[in-house]
Amino acid sequence: MRHLLSTRDLRRDEAVRILDIAEDMADVQNREVKKLPTLRGKTVVNLFFEDSTRTRISFEAAAKRLSADVINFSAKGSSVSKGESLKDTAQTLAAMGADGVVIRHHASGAPQVLAQSDWIDAGVVNAGDGTHEHPTQALLDAFTMRRRLHGTASRGRALDGVRVVIVGDILHSRVARSNLWLLETLGAELTFVAPATLVPVGAETWPASVGFDLDAALAEVRPDVLMMLRIQSERMHAAYFPNAREYARQWGLDDERMAALRPDTIVMHPGPMNRGLEISSGAADSAQSTVLEQVANGVSIRMAVLYLLLSGEREALS
Amino acid sequence: MARTVLQQADIARALTRVSHEILESNRGADDLVILGIPTRGVLLAERIGELIGGIEPGSDPAGMVGALDITMYRDDLAKHPTRTPQPTQVPRQGIDGKTVVLVDDVLYSGRTIRAALDALNDLGRPRAVRLAVLVDRGHRDLPIRADFVGKNLPTSRAERINVRLSGLDATEEVTIEG
Repeated sequence: MRHLLSTRDLRRDEAVRILDIAEDMADVQNREVKKLPTLRGKTVVNLFFEDSTRTRISFEAAAKRLSADVINFSAKGSSVSKGESLKDTAQTLAAMGADGVVIRHHASGAPQVLAQSDWIDAGVVNAGDGTHEHPTQALLDAFTMRRRLHGTASRGRALDGVRVVIVGDILHSRVARSNLWLLETLGAELTFVAPATLVPVGAETWPASVGFDLDAALAEVRPDVLMMLRIQSERMHAAYFPNAREYARQWGLDDERMAALRPDTIVMHPGPMNRGLEISSGAADSAQSTVLEQVANGVSIRMAVLYLLLSGEREALS
Repeated sequence: MARTVLQQADIARALTRVSHEILESNRGADDLVILGIPTRGVLLAERIGELIGGIEPGSDPAGMVGALDITMYRDDLAKHPTRTPQPTQVPRQGIDGKTVVLVDDVLYSGRTIRAALDALNDLGRPRAVRLAVLVDRGHRDLPIRADFVGKNLPTSRAERINVRLSGLDATEEVTIEG
């Protein structure tokens, strides 16, 4: 693997391999010495053009636990705010000898541009680009599902036949898109539920069913996994639904819907949560919720991805 | 042309002798942890564990055998395509204060064992570390030697040693090629 830009280009065996390596990385997290010497002498740049706390910290922790040197770069307070282009930024990083670039950008496709350019010869990891993809989030979600469903027998397995319902802002969610392609590759059955205004044009061509009524979908699918997406108020420039209370009542996971779920349905949220809006505190803090596991698993998945991209002999330019 | 140097019965005899030697030097099976290095070292460690269980009544082979993956500690990661690591499994009792016996199939350059010692260092602090190998073929790059050797096999660097063990392979033998 040379870059990780999208879950859509991942083959099934590649995806399962990442999840299996993440199992080994998760074992390391339980040791007294949580560090591996594997990427000693490599430099990873976290190139964040958009605010993020947990993804950046997660990548930073992952790189440091593999003994890589980490340089954090955020657009605020950098030359980007003085008008520097992506090309010049990338060439600057190349001149400093970056081996890996973790990029988050507000423009969909920016990581592809960086990976396909000859500005920098580094492994590129997409850490979220516009409304396009966020592959490591989907991988950590799949990893969390696999661990909850198969426990210690997880290695080598995919998610065949697992019924997943994803609820919320599908229109703006890169997490939803990355999950869509990865879950399809791993054999899960996916249903999206959202207000009609938050379903993108073209969703009918996706390998997933799309519904507008949460109660009907939950009653029909009886999901193994229920994933609530964050309502991204920073991207809500138009009135997609009347108000927050209406959204919570129609599409939020409240205590009543929580009680009606199968007792073994797992409840996921990529964070940060808007408690009381898309998910109630009762649901978020219940034993069925995997919110904190997802954060812990995120470090393991990102360690696996950085290991695969940066440890071996550099593959020839493809 | 491949030449068989150890047959199934030879391997069994060698492992039985190595198991006895381990018990002799450790004065019993107390505080003994046997860690195999994937892939074939793990199989050999399990067999040595079973043999020790048969020799020492009251010892618990399942509780002393584990696997130690060294992929993340190799010194040649950048010179090969990315390797897939294997699981590390340490017995529940841990390795602190124990005598750890590392088990591998072939001892050659010694670099694998160097990596294993580093990996062990991150897992805890054993009282002593010993090394058991099925075949020692010489040509060490590092100052490392085995404490328990199934078979010393003088080779040239151009030759290839293949260890096949039932459980992973169709046959059980050690062959030399080249």
